[in-house]
Amino acid sequence: MIFKRLFSSSRLLKDSLVLVEGSQSQINPATLSTITAASQIGEPITALVLDSNLAEQASKIKGVTKILKTDGFEHVLAEDVTPLLKNLIENNKYNYFFTSGSTLGKSIIPRLGALLDVQPLSDVIKVIDPKTFVRPIYAGNALATVKSKDNIILASIRASAFPPAPIEESSSVSIEDAPKVESNNRTEFVSENLTKSERPELGSAKIVVAGGRGLQNKEMFNKLIEPLASKLNAAIGASRAAVDSGFCDNSLQVGQTGKIVAPELYFAIGISGAIQHLAGMKDSKVIVAINKDPEAPIFNIADIGLVGDLNEVLPELVEKI
Amino acid sequence: MSSKLKILVPVKRVIDYAIKPRINKTNTGVETKGVKFSINPFCDIALEESIRLKEKQPEKIDSIHAVSIGPTKAQDILRTALAKGADDSTLIDVGEDIVEPLQVAKILKSIVEKNNSNLVVLGKQAIDDDSNQTGQMLAGLLNWPQATNASKVEIKDNDEIYVTREIDGGEDTIKAKLPMIITVDLRLNEPRYASLPNIMKAKKKPLTKLKLKDVGIDSIDNRLEVLKVEEPPAREAGVKVGNVDELISKLKDLKAI
Repeated sequence: MIFKRLFSSSRLLKDSLVLVEGSQSQINPATLSTITAASQIGEPITALVLDSNLAEQASKIKGVTKILKTDGFEHVLAEDVTPLLKNLIENNKYNYFFTSGSTLGKSIIPRLGALLDVQPLSDVIKVIDPKTFVRPIYAGNALATVKSKDNIILASIRASAFPPAPIEESSSVSIEDAPKVESNNRTEFVSENLTKSERPELGSAKIVVAGGRGLQNKEMFNKLIEPLASKLNAAIGASRAAVDSGFCDNSLQVGQTGKIVAPELYFAIGISGAIQHLAGMKDSKVIVAINKDPEAPIFNIADIGLVGDLNEVLPELVEKI
Repeated sequence: MSSKLKILVPVKRVIDYAIKPRINKTNTGVETKGVKFSINPFCDIALEESIRLKEKQPEKIDSIHAVSIGPTKAQDILRTALAKGADDSTLIDVGEDIVEPLQVAKILKSIVEKNNSNLVVLGKQAIDDDSNQTGQMLAGLLNWPQATNASKVEIKDNDEIYVTREIDGGEDTIKAKLPMIITVDLRLNEPRYASLPNIMKAKKKPLTKLKLKDVGIDSIDNRLEVLKVEEPPAREAGVKVGNVDELISKLKDLKAI
Protein backbone atom coordinates (compact mmCIF):
# COMPACT_ATOMS: atom_id res chain seq x y z
CA MET A 1 0.00 0.00 0.00
CA ILE A 2 2.64 2.44 1.10
CA PHE A 3 4.61 1.49 -1.94
CA LYS A 4 1.70 2.18 -4.21
CA ARG A 5 1.04 5.56 -2.65
CA LEU A 6 4.63 6.57 -2.99
CA PHE A 7 4.57 5.83 -6.68
CA SER A 8 1.17 7.10 -7.62
CA SER A 9 1.74 10.43 -5.91
CA SER A 10 5.20 10.82 -7.36
CA ARG A 11 4.80 13.57 -9.94
CA LEU A 12 8.10 12.68 -11.51
CA LEU A 13 6.60 9.59 -13.05
CA LYS A 14 4.06 11.55 -15.07
CA ASP A 15 6.12 14.36 -16.45
CA SER A 16 5.24 14.75 -20.12
CA LEU A 17 6.68 16.73 -22.99
CA VAL A 18 4.47 17.34 -26.03
CA LEU A 19 5.63 18.67 -29.38
CA VAL A 20 3.33 21.41 -30.67
CA GLU A 21 2.84 21.31 -34.43
CA GLY A 22 1.47 24.19 -36.41
CA SER A 23 1.95 26.54 -39.30
CA GLN A 24 1.28 30.21 -39.99
CA SER A 25 0.85 30.78 -36.24
CA GLN A 26 -2.01 28.25 -36.13
CA ILE A 27 -1.70 25.22 -33.86
CA ASN A 28 -2.73 21.98 -35.57
CA PRO A 29 -5.90 20.44 -34.12
CA ALA A 30 -3.98 17.14 -33.95
CA THR A 31 -1.74 18.72 -31.29
CA LEU A 32 -4.81 19.50 -29.16
CA SER A 33 -5.84 15.83 -29.31
CA THR A 34 -2.27 14.87 -28.38
CA ILE A 35 -2.50 17.08 -25.26
CA THR A 36 -5.74 15.28 -24.31
CA ALA A 37 -3.92 11.93 -24.52
CA ALA A 38 -1.04 13.30 -22.42
CA SER A 39 -3.46 14.62 -19.80
CA GLN A 40 -4.81 11.09 -19.37
CA ILE A 41 -1.36 10.20 -18.02
CA GLY A 42 -1.42 13.23 -15.72
CA GLU A 43 0.30 16.55 -15.21
CA PRO A 44 2.68 18.35 -15.53
CA ILE A 45 2.60 18.69 -19.31
CA THR A 46 5.25 20.80 -20.95
CA ALA A 47 4.56 21.93 -24.52
CA LEU A 48 7.51 22.55 -26.82
CA VAL A 49 6.94 25.05 -29.64
CA LEU A 50 9.49 25.26 -32.43
CA ASP A 51 8.12 28.65 -33.50
CA SER A 52 7.79 31.34 -30.82
CA ASN A 53 4.72 32.75 -32.59
CA LEU A 54 2.85 29.70 -31.33
CA ALA A 55 3.92 30.08 -27.69
CA GLU A 56 1.09 32.28 -26.47
CA GLN A 57 -1.59 30.23 -28.19
CA ALA A 58 -0.08 27.03 -26.79
CA SER A 59 -0.10 28.47 -23.28
CA LYS A 60 -3.90 28.70 -23.42
CA ILE A 61 -4.42 24.99 -24.10
CA LYS A 62 -6.16 23.42 -21.13
CA GLY A 63 -3.86 20.97 -19.39
CA VAL A 64 -0.57 22.53 -20.45
CA THR A 65 1.47 23.56 -17.42
CA LYS A 66 4.57 25.03 -19.03
CA ILE A 67 5.77 26.22 -22.44
CA LEU A 68 9.25 25.87 -23.85
CA LYS A 69 9.84 27.96 -26.94
CA THR A 70 12.58 28.03 -29.49
CA ASP A 71 13.08 29.28 -33.03
CA GLY A 72 15.13 28.52 -36.08
CA PHE A 73 13.11 25.48 -37.19
CA GLU A 74 11.39 26.87 -40.22
CA HIS A 75 11.28 23.47 -41.90
CA VAL A 76 11.46 20.95 -39.14
CA LEU A 77 13.85 18.14 -39.95
CA ALA A 78 14.09 15.16 -37.62
CA GLU A 79 17.90 15.38 -37.71
CA ASP A 80 17.74 18.92 -36.30
CA VAL A 81 15.13 18.49 -33.64
CA THR A 82 16.01 15.08 -32.15
CA PRO A 83 19.25 16.25 -30.45
CA LEU A 84 17.25 19.07 -28.81
CA LEU A 85 14.57 16.62 -27.67
CA LYS A 86 17.15 14.17 -26.34
CA ASN A 87 18.78 16.96 -24.35
CA LEU A 88 15.43 18.14 -22.93
CA ILE A 89 14.24 14.65 -22.01
CA GLU A 90 17.50 13.65 -20.33
CA ASN A 91 18.07 16.92 -18.45
CA ASN A 92 14.48 17.49 -17.34
CA LYS A 93 13.74 13.85 -16.66
CA TYR A 94 10.56 13.72 -18.73
CA ASN A 95 9.04 10.24 -18.63
CA TYR A 96 6.81 10.81 -21.64
CA PHE A 97 7.17 12.44 -25.01
CA PHE A 98 4.18 12.68 -27.34
CA THR A 99 3.58 14.00 -30.82
CA SER A 100 0.60 13.56 -33.09
CA GLY A 101 0.81 10.79 -35.67
CA SER A 102 1.61 13.30 -38.43
CA THR A 103 4.34 12.74 -41.00
CA LEU A 104 6.48 15.06 -38.87
CA GLY A 105 5.79 13.20 -35.63
CA LYS A 106 6.49 9.88 -37.28
CA SER A 107 9.79 11.10 -38.72
CA ILE A 108 10.98 12.38 -35.32
CA ILE A 109 9.89 9.89 -32.68
CA PRO A 110 11.65 6.73 -33.92
CA ARG A 111 14.92 8.59 -34.51
CA LEU A 112 14.68 9.91 -30.97
CA GLY A 113 13.87 6.39 -29.75
CA ALA A 114 17.11 5.12 -31.23
CA LEU A 115 19.10 7.88 -29.49
CA LEU A 116 17.47 7.11 -26.13
CA ASP A 117 17.41 3.31 -26.66
CA VAL A 118 13.62 3.24 -26.31
CA GLN A 119 10.98 1.39 -28.36
CA PRO A 120 8.26 3.94 -29.30
CA LEU A 121 4.54 3.29 -29.75
CA SER A 122 2.94 4.43 -32.99
CA ASP A 123 -0.64 5.66 -33.36
CA VAL A 124 -1.86 5.20 -29.80
CA ILE A 125 -5.68 5.20 -29.70
CA LYS A 126 -6.24 4.59 -25.98
CA VAL A 127 -4.41 5.11 -22.70
CA ILE A 128 -5.13 2.23 -20.33
CA ASP A 129 -2.67 3.21 -17.61
CA PRO A 130 0.66 5.08 -17.58
CA LYS A 131 2.48 2.07 -19.05
CA THR A 132 -0.26 0.37 -21.09
CA PHE A 133 -1.69 1.55 -24.38
CA VAL A 134 -3.87 0.33 -27.24
CA ARG A 135 -2.77 0.69 -30.85
CA PRO A 136 -4.17 -0.61 -34.13
CA ILE A 137 -2.23 -3.20 -36.17
CA TYR A 138 -2.93 -4.84 -39.55
CA ALA A 139 -4.54 -1.71 -41.00
CA GLY A 140 -6.90 -1.42 -38.06
CA ASN A 141 -8.14 -5.01 -38.40
CA ALA A 142 -6.81 -5.77 -34.93
CA LEU A 143 -6.21 -3.77 -31.77
CA ALA A 144 -3.15 -4.60 -29.68
CA THR A 145 -2.92 -3.76 -25.99
CA VAL A 146 0.77 -3.31 -25.21
CA LYS A 147 2.67 -2.63 -22.02
CA SER A 148 6.01 -0.86 -22.25
CA LYS A 149 9.02 -1.90 -20.18
CA ASP A 150 10.92 1.28 -21.07
CA ASN A 151 11.54 4.00 -18.48
CA ILE A 152 10.75 6.67 -21.02
CA ILE A 153 7.65 6.33 -23.18
CA LEU A 154 7.69 7.84 -26.65
CA ALA A 155 4.40 7.73 -28.51
CA SER A 156 2.64 9.21 -31.48
CA ILE A 157 -1.05 9.80 -30.90
CA ARG A 158 -3.79 9.08 -33.40
CA ALA A 159 -5.64 12.40 -33.28
CA SER A 160 -8.99 11.01 -34.38
CA ALA A 161 -9.11 8.85 -31.24
CA PHE A 162 -8.92 11.70 -28.71
CA PRO A 163 -11.06 14.85 -28.47
CA PRO A 164 -9.12 18.12 -28.81
CA ALA A 165 -8.12 19.83 -25.55
CA PRO A 166 -10.07 23.07 -25.11
CA ILE A 167 -8.45 26.48 -25.51
CA GLU A 168 -8.96 28.80 -22.54
CA GLU A 169 -9.44 32.56 -22.56
CA SER A 170 -6.30 33.44 -20.70
CA SER A 171 -3.35 31.67 -19.21
CA SER A 172 -0.87 32.09 -16.42
CA VAL A 173 1.46 29.41 -17.71
CA SER A 174 5.14 30.30 -17.76
CA ILE A 175 6.88 30.56 -21.13
CA GLU A 176 10.59 29.78 -21.10
CA ASP A 177 13.30 29.49 -23.72
CA ALA A 178 14.44 26.00 -24.62
CA PRO A 179 18.21 25.57 -24.66
CA LYS A 180 20.00 25.73 -28.00
CA VAL A 181 21.45 22.37 -28.99
CA GLU A 182 23.87 21.78 -31.87
CA SER A 183 22.68 19.05 -34.19
CA ASN A 184 25.44 18.63 -36.81
CA ASN A 185 22.65 17.90 -39.24
CA ARG A 186 23.76 17.08 -42.79
CA THR A 187 20.29 17.17 -44.36
CA GLU A 188 19.16 20.32 -46.16
CA PHE A 189 15.71 21.55 -47.06
CA VAL A 190 15.46 22.35 -50.78
CA SER A 191 11.86 23.29 -51.59
CA GLU A 192 8.23 22.50 -50.84
CA ASN A 193 5.04 22.26 -52.80
CA LEU A 194 1.96 22.49 -50.62
CA THR A 195 -1.53 21.87 -51.94
CA LYS A 196 -3.54 25.08 -51.68
CA SER A 197 -7.08 24.64 -50.47
CA GLU A 198 -9.86 26.90 -49.28
CA ARG A 199 -11.58 23.95 -47.68
CA PRO A 200 -11.40 22.68 -44.12
CA GLU A 201 -8.35 20.56 -43.42
CA LEU A 202 -9.01 16.86 -44.10
CA GLY A 203 -7.61 15.64 -40.79
CA SER A 204 -9.90 17.81 -38.65
CA ALA A 205 -13.00 18.47 -40.82
CA LYS A 206 -16.43 17.69 -39.38
CA ILE A 207 -17.68 16.44 -42.75
CA VAL A 208 -15.65 14.62 -45.39
CA VAL A 209 -16.80 13.89 -48.93
CA ALA A 210 -14.56 11.21 -50.42
CA GLY A 211 -14.49 9.90 -53.97
CA GLY A 212 -13.11 6.68 -55.39
CA ARG A 213 -12.51 4.83 -58.61
CA GLY A 214 -16.23 4.85 -59.39
CA LEU A 215 -15.88 8.48 -60.48
CA GLN A 216 -13.92 7.26 -63.53
CA ASN A 217 -11.87 10.38 -64.26
CA LYS A 218 -10.59 13.67 -62.92
CA GLU A 219 -13.30 15.77 -64.56
CA MET A 220 -16.07 13.67 -63.10
CA PHE A 221 -14.38 13.67 -59.70
CA ASN A 222 -14.35 17.46 -59.65
CA LYS A 223 -17.79 17.84 -61.20
CA LEU A 224 -19.54 15.51 -58.75
CA ILE A 225 -17.54 15.76 -55.52
CA GLU A 226 -16.80 19.49 -55.31
CA PRO A 227 -20.39 20.83 -55.34
CA LEU A 228 -21.39 18.51 -52.50
CA ALA A 229 -18.29 19.40 -50.48
CA SER A 230 -18.92 23.12 -51.06
CA LYS A 231 -22.55 22.85 -50.04
CA LEU A 232 -21.67 21.05 -46.79
CA ASN A 233 -18.45 23.00 -46.15
CA ALA A 234 -16.73 19.63 -46.12
CA ALA A 235 -13.16 18.52 -46.77
CA ILE A 236 -12.54 16.42 -49.86
CA GLY A 237 -10.95 13.02 -49.50
CA ALA A 238 -10.15 10.19 -51.88
CA SER A 239 -9.43 6.49 -51.98
CA ARG A 240 -6.02 5.23 -53.01
CA ALA A 241 -7.49 4.07 -56.32
CA ALA A 242 -8.68 7.61 -57.11
CA VAL A 243 -5.30 9.09 -56.19
CA ASP A 244 -3.34 6.49 -58.17
CA SER A 245 -5.55 7.14 -61.20
CA GLY A 246 -4.70 10.84 -60.94
CA PHE A 247 -8.21 12.10 -60.11
CA CYS A 248 -6.87 14.30 -57.31
CA ASP A 249 -3.79 15.16 -55.25
CA ASN A 250 -2.32 12.44 -53.07
CA SER A 251 -2.48 14.62 -49.96
CA LEU A 252 -6.23 13.86 -50.02
CA GLN A 253 -5.81 10.11 -49.66
CA VAL A 254 -7.74 8.57 -46.79
CA GLY A 255 -6.54 5.18 -45.57
CA GLN A 256 -3.85 3.20 -43.82
CA THR A 257 -1.17 4.81 -45.96
CA GLY A 258 -2.81 8.21 -46.20
CA LYS A 259 -4.74 10.19 -43.61
CA ILE A 260 -6.76 8.68 -40.80
CA VAL A 261 -9.96 10.65 -40.27
CA ALA A 262 -12.95 10.35 -37.94
CA PRO A 263 -15.41 13.10 -38.91
CA GLU A 264 -19.04 13.38 -37.79
CA LEU A 265 -20.17 12.53 -41.33
CA TYR A 266 -18.27 10.67 -44.07
CA PHE A 267 -19.54 10.30 -47.63
CA ALA A 268 -17.91 7.40 -49.50
CA ILE A 269 -18.78 8.00 -53.14
CA GLY A 270 -17.83 5.40 -55.72
CA ILE A 271 -15.55 3.77 -53.14
CA SER A 272 -15.65 -0.03 -52.90
CA GLY A 273 -14.26 -0.17 -49.35
CA ALA A 274 -10.88 -1.92 -49.51
CA ILE A 275 -9.30 -2.85 -46.15
CA GLN A 276 -6.71 -0.12 -46.47
CA HIS A 277 -9.34 2.57 -47.05
CA LEU A 278 -11.56 1.40 -44.18
CA ALA A 279 -8.58 1.68 -41.83
CA GLY A 280 -8.61 5.40 -42.47
CA MET A 281 -12.28 6.18 -41.92
CA LYS A 282 -14.17 3.47 -40.06
CA ASP A 283 -14.26 5.48 -36.84
CA SER A 284 -16.38 8.18 -38.49
CA LYS A 285 -19.61 8.81 -36.63
CA VAL A 286 -22.00 8.45 -39.57
CA ILE A 287 -20.91 6.81 -42.83
CA VAL A 288 -22.90 7.25 -46.04
CA ALA A 289 -22.04 5.05 -49.02
CA ILE A 290 -23.21 5.80 -52.55
CA ASN A 291 -22.17 3.16 -55.06
CA LYS A 292 -23.66 1.49 -58.09
CA ASP A 293 -22.46 -1.96 -56.99
CA PRO A 294 -24.83 -3.34 -54.32
CA GLU A 295 -22.17 -5.92 -53.36
CA ALA A 296 -19.45 -3.34 -52.56
CA PRO A 297 -17.93 -4.07 -49.10
CA ILE A 298 -18.40 -0.41 -48.11
CA PHE A 299 -22.10 -1.17 -47.58
CA ASN A 300 -21.15 -3.50 -44.69
CA ILE A 301 -19.96 -0.59 -42.58
CA ALA A 302 -22.14 2.24 -43.90
CA ASP A 303 -24.93 3.56 -41.68
CA ILE A 304 -26.83 4.65 -44.76
CA GLY A 305 -26.30 3.07 -48.18
CA LEU A 306 -27.71 4.12 -51.50
CA VAL A 307 -27.24 2.00 -54.61
CA GLY A 308 -27.36 4.16 -57.68
CA ASP A 309 -25.69 5.92 -60.59
CA LEU A 310 -23.38 8.64 -59.25
CA ASN A 311 -24.13 10.87 -62.25
CA GLU A 312 -27.78 11.01 -61.26
CA VAL A 313 -27.66 10.68 -57.49
CA LEU A 314 -25.05 13.32 -56.70
CA PRO A 315 -26.52 16.32 -58.54
CA GLU A 316 -29.89 15.49 -57.01
CA LEU A 317 -28.34 15.23 -53.55
CA VAL A 318 -26.58 18.60 -53.94
CA GLU A 319 -29.82 20.18 -55.05
CA LYS A 320 -31.92 18.80 -52.21
CA ILE A 321 -29.61 18.77 -49.21
CA MET B 1 35.64 11.73 -56.68
CA SER B 2 32.45 10.09 -55.95
CA SER B 3 32.00 6.79 -54.17
CA LYS B 4 29.98 3.94 -55.55
CA LEU B 5 26.68 3.11 -53.92
CA LYS B 6 26.38 -0.05 -51.95
CA ILE B 7 22.64 -0.25 -51.41
CA LEU B 8 21.06 -2.27 -48.64
CA VAL B 9 17.37 -3.13 -48.94
CA PRO B 10 15.77 -4.64 -45.84
CA VAL B 11 12.65 -6.66 -46.73
CA LYS B 12 10.00 -8.10 -44.42
CA ARG B 13 7.82 -11.17 -44.85
CA VAL B 14 4.25 -10.29 -43.89
CA ILE B 15 0.75 -11.68 -44.31
CA ASP B 16 -0.30 -10.83 -47.87
CA TYR B 17 -1.96 -7.42 -48.06
CA ALA B 18 -5.08 -8.81 -49.76
CA ILE B 19 -5.88 -11.13 -46.86
CA LYS B 20 -7.98 -10.03 -43.93
CA PRO B 21 -6.12 -11.25 -40.85
CA ARG B 22 -8.00 -13.25 -38.24
CA ILE B 23 -7.30 -12.99 -34.52
CA ASN B 24 -6.00 -16.27 -33.04
CA LYS B 25 -7.98 -18.21 -30.44
CA THR B 26 -5.78 -17.20 -27.52
CA ASN B 27 -6.10 -13.47 -28.38
CA THR B 28 -2.34 -13.10 -28.44
CA GLY B 29 -1.88 -12.29 -32.11
CA VAL B 30 -3.20 -13.11 -35.54
CA GLU B 31 -3.62 -16.56 -37.08
CA THR B 32 -0.61 -17.40 -39.29
CA LYS B 33 -1.20 -21.11 -39.99
CA GLY B 34 -2.13 -21.76 -43.60
CA VAL B 35 -2.10 -18.04 -44.41
CA LYS B 36 -0.43 -16.65 -47.53
CA PHE B 37 2.67 -14.59 -46.84
CA SER B 38 4.37 -12.17 -49.23
CA ILE B 39 6.95 -9.42 -49.31
CA ASN B 40 5.69 -6.29 -47.53
CA PRO B 41 4.41 -4.00 -50.35
CA PHE B 42 6.50 -1.04 -49.20
CA CYS B 43 9.66 -3.19 -49.15
CA ASP B 44 8.82 -4.23 -52.70
CA ILE B 45 8.77 -0.56 -53.73
CA ALA B 46 12.11 0.05 -51.94
CA LEU B 47 13.65 -2.85 -53.84
CA GLU B 48 12.17 -1.68 -57.16
CA GLU B 49 13.57 1.83 -56.64
CA SER B 50 17.04 0.44 -55.92
CA ILE B 51 16.92 -1.69 -59.08
CA ARG B 52 15.78 1.31 -61.15
CA LEU B 53 18.60 3.46 -59.78
CA LYS B 54 20.99 0.76 -60.88
CA GLU B 55 19.40 0.47 -64.34
CA LYS B 56 19.46 4.25 -64.82
CA GLN B 57 22.95 4.91 -63.50
CA PRO B 58 24.81 1.58 -63.48
CA GLU B 59 28.14 3.38 -63.18
CA LYS B 60 27.08 4.77 -59.81
CA ILE B 61 25.85 1.57 -58.19
CA ASP B 62 28.19 -1.08 -56.90
CA SER B 63 25.61 -3.58 -55.62
CA ILE B 64 22.17 -4.14 -54.15
CA HIS B 65 22.01 -6.36 -51.10
CA ALA B 66 18.67 -7.59 -49.75
CA VAL B 67 18.35 -8.59 -46.11
CA SER B 68 15.50 -10.08 -44.14
CA ILE B 69 15.10 -10.78 -40.44
CA GLY B 70 12.53 -13.43 -39.68
CA PRO B 71 11.71 -17.13 -39.84
CA THR B 72 13.47 -19.62 -42.16
CA LYS B 73 10.64 -19.13 -44.66
CA ALA B 74 11.65 -15.49 -45.13
CA GLN B 75 14.22 -16.87 -47.59
CA ASP B 76 11.35 -17.14 -50.09
CA ILE B 77 11.01 -13.37 -50.27
CA LEU B 78 14.78 -13.00 -50.52
CA ARG B 79 14.74 -15.34 -53.54
CA THR B 80 12.03 -13.13 -55.03
CA ALA B 81 14.19 -10.06 -54.35
CA LEU B 82 17.15 -11.76 -56.07
CA ALA B 83 14.92 -12.68 -59.03
CA LYS B 84 13.85 -9.07 -59.39
CA GLY B 85 17.40 -7.75 -59.45
CA ALA B 86 19.13 -7.78 -56.06
CA ASP B 87 22.72 -9.04 -56.34
CA ASP B 88 23.03 -10.95 -53.11
CA SER B 89 21.18 -11.43 -49.86
CA THR B 90 21.28 -12.30 -46.19
CA LEU B 91 18.71 -13.98 -43.98
CA ILE B 92 18.96 -13.43 -40.25
CA ASP B 93 17.01 -16.43 -39.01
CA VAL B 94 15.30 -15.61 -35.73
CA GLY B 95 12.70 -18.38 -35.92
CA GLU B 96 9.14 -17.38 -35.08
CA ASP B 97 10.17 -14.62 -32.69
CA ILE B 98 8.61 -11.17 -33.03
CA VAL B 99 11.33 -8.55 -33.47
CA GLU B 100 10.45 -4.94 -32.67
CA PRO B 101 11.66 -2.05 -34.83
CA LEU B 102 14.39 -1.00 -32.35
CA GLN B 103 15.85 -4.53 -32.38
CA VAL B 104 15.54 -4.74 -36.17
CA ALA B 105 17.37 -1.40 -36.46
CA LYS B 106 20.18 -2.69 -34.22
CA ILE B 107 20.56 -5.85 -36.33
CA LEU B 108 20.48 -3.77 -39.55
CA LYS B 109 23.15 -1.46 -38.17
CA SER B 110 25.53 -4.40 -37.84
CA ILE B 111 24.64 -5.55 -41.38
CA VAL B 112 25.31 -2.02 -42.71
CA GLU B 113 28.72 -2.04 -41.03
CA LYS B 114 29.49 -5.56 -42.22
CA ASN B 115 28.63 -4.75 -45.85
CA ASN B 116 29.92 -1.17 -45.86
CA SER B 117 26.51 -0.07 -47.17
CA ASN B 118 26.20 3.67 -47.79
CA LEU B 119 22.55 3.85 -48.80
CA VAL B 120 19.73 1.95 -47.09
CA VAL B 121 16.33 1.99 -48.81
CA LEU B 122 13.43 0.71 -46.72
CA GLY B 123 9.66 0.67 -46.92
CA LYS B 124 8.01 3.38 -44.84
CA GLN B 125 6.11 0.80 -42.79
CA ALA B 126 5.29 -2.88 -42.54
CA ILE B 127 1.61 -3.65 -43.05
CA ASP B 128 1.49 -6.03 -40.10
CA ASP B 129 2.52 -3.90 -37.12
CA ASP B 130 2.08 -0.52 -38.89
CA SER B 131 4.89 1.05 -36.85
CA ASN B 132 6.64 3.26 -39.43
CA GLN B 133 9.81 3.33 -37.30
CA THR B 134 12.62 1.06 -38.48
CA GLY B 135 14.23 3.36 -41.08
CA GLN B 136 14.22 6.38 -38.80
CA MET B 137 15.65 4.30 -35.93
CA LEU B 138 18.45 2.97 -38.11
CA ALA B 139 19.23 6.54 -39.20
CA GLY B 140 19.36 7.56 -35.53
CA LEU B 141 21.66 4.67 -34.56
CA LEU B 142 24.03 5.41 -37.45
CA ASN B 143 23.63 9.19 -37.13
CA TRP B 144 22.89 9.37 -40.88
CA PRO B 145 20.51 11.71 -42.69
CA GLN B 146 17.01 10.30 -43.22
CA ALA B 147 14.44 10.98 -45.91
CA THR B 148 11.08 9.44 -45.06
CA ASN B 149 8.06 8.77 -47.31
CA ALA B 150 9.97 9.28 -50.54
CA SER B 151 7.96 9.80 -53.71
CA LYS B 152 10.99 10.67 -55.88
CA VAL B 153 14.71 9.88 -55.55
CA GLU B 154 17.49 11.43 -57.65
CA ILE B 155 21.20 10.76 -57.37
CA LYS B 156 23.24 13.77 -58.42
CA ASP B 157 26.98 13.89 -58.96
CA ASN B 158 29.15 14.54 -55.88
CA ASP B 159 27.23 11.94 -53.82
CA GLU B 160 24.23 14.15 -53.21
CA ILE B 161 20.79 12.58 -53.20
CA TYR B 162 17.63 14.65 -53.68
CA VAL B 163 14.49 13.11 -52.19
CA THR B 164 10.93 14.39 -52.59
CA ARG B 165 8.88 13.41 -49.56
CA GLU B 166 5.15 13.16 -49.08
CA ILE B 167 4.23 15.33 -46.11
CA ASP B 168 0.88 16.35 -44.63
CA GLY B 169 -0.50 18.96 -46.99
CA GLY B 170 1.72 18.28 -49.99
CA GLU B 171 5.35 17.44 -50.62
CA ASP B 172 8.81 18.80 -49.96
CA THR B 173 12.28 18.09 -51.30
CA ILE B 174 15.37 17.62 -49.17
CA LYS B 175 18.93 16.75 -50.06
CA ALA B 176 21.78 15.04 -48.26
CA LYS B 177 25.16 13.61 -49.03
CA LEU B 178 25.82 9.90 -48.68
CA PRO B 179 25.62 7.89 -46.52
CA MET B 180 21.88 8.14 -45.94
CA ILE B 181 18.62 6.35 -45.20
CA ILE B 182 15.53 6.57 -47.43
CA THR B 183 12.10 5.17 -46.61
CA VAL B 184 9.69 4.89 -49.51
CA ASP B 185 6.04 5.71 -50.02
CA LEU B 186 3.49 4.03 -52.28
CA ARG B 187 3.66 6.44 -55.16
CA LEU B 188 7.37 6.14 -55.78
CA ASN B 189 7.02 3.38 -58.40
CA GLU B 190 5.18 0.28 -59.57
CA PRO B 191 7.16 -2.86 -58.62
CA ARG B 192 7.96 -5.36 -61.39
CA TYR B 193 7.21 -9.06 -61.43
CA ALA B 194 10.03 -11.57 -61.47
CA SER B 195 10.18 -13.42 -64.81
CA LEU B 196 10.61 -17.19 -64.89
CA PRO B 197 14.18 -17.12 -66.30
CA ASN B 198 15.13 -14.63 -63.59
CA ILE B 199 13.57 -16.83 -60.94
CA MET B 200 15.75 -19.70 -62.20
CA LYS B 201 18.87 -17.50 -62.25
CA ALA B 202 18.11 -16.25 -58.75
CA LYS B 203 18.64 -19.76 -57.41
CA LYS B 204 22.34 -19.35 -58.15
CA LYS B 205 22.68 -15.96 -56.48
CA PRO B 206 24.14 -15.81 -52.95
CA LEU B 207 21.81 -16.17 -49.96
CA THR B 208 23.75 -16.17 -46.71
CA LYS B 209 21.99 -17.53 -43.64
CA LEU B 210 23.04 -16.11 -40.31
CA LYS B 211 21.95 -16.34 -36.70
CA LEU B 212 21.79 -13.40 -34.32
CA LYS B 213 25.12 -14.23 -32.69
CA ASP B 214 26.78 -14.01 -36.14
CA VAL B 215 25.96 -10.30 -36.19
CA GLY B 216 27.13 -9.75 -32.63
CA ILE B 217 23.73 -9.74 -30.91
CA ASP B 218 23.11 -12.06 -27.96
CA SER B 219 19.36 -11.97 -27.77
CA ILE B 220 16.33 -9.95 -28.79
CA ASP B 221 15.51 -7.41 -26.12
CA ASN B 222 11.88 -6.52 -26.94
CA ARG B 223 10.44 -3.69 -24.83
CA LEU B 224 6.74 -4.01 -25.50
CA GLU B 225 4.74 -6.80 -23.97
CA VAL B 226 1.60 -7.61 -25.97
CA LEU B 227 -1.11 -8.20 -23.38
CA LYS B 228 -3.84 -9.00 -25.88
CA VAL B 229 -4.92 -8.64 -29.49
CA GLU B 230 -8.62 -8.15 -30.19
CA GLU B 231 -11.06 -7.47 -32.97
CA PRO B 232 -12.00 -3.80 -33.22
CA PRO B 233 -15.59 -3.13 -32.15
CA ALA B 234 -17.93 -3.89 -35.04
CA ARG B 235 -20.13 -1.13 -36.43
CA GLU B 236 -23.83 -1.69 -36.21
CA ALA B 237 -25.43 -2.71 -39.48
CA GLY B 238 -26.86 0.24 -41.36
CA VAL B 239 -29.81 0.63 -43.65
CA LYS B 240 -30.10 0.83 -47.41
CA VAL B 241 -32.29 3.59 -48.76
CA GLY B 242 -34.04 3.63 -52.10
CA ASN B 243 -33.57 7.23 -53.21
CA VAL B 244 -32.04 10.61 -52.42
CA ASP B 245 -35.06 11.88 -50.48
CA GLU B 246 -34.89 8.91 -48.12
CA LEU B 247 -31.14 9.44 -47.76
CA ILE B 248 -31.64 13.06 -46.72
CA SER B 249 -34.41 12.28 -44.25
CA LYS B 250 -32.29 9.50 -42.74
CA LEU B 251 -29.36 11.94 -42.37
CA LYS B 252 -31.72 14.32 -40.58
CA ASP B 253 -32.92 11.50 -38.29
CA LEU B 254 -29.32 10.82 -37.34
CA LYS B 255 -28.75 14.57 -36.86
CA ALA B 256 -25.82 14.34 -39.26
CA ILE B 257 -26.95 17.41 -41.20
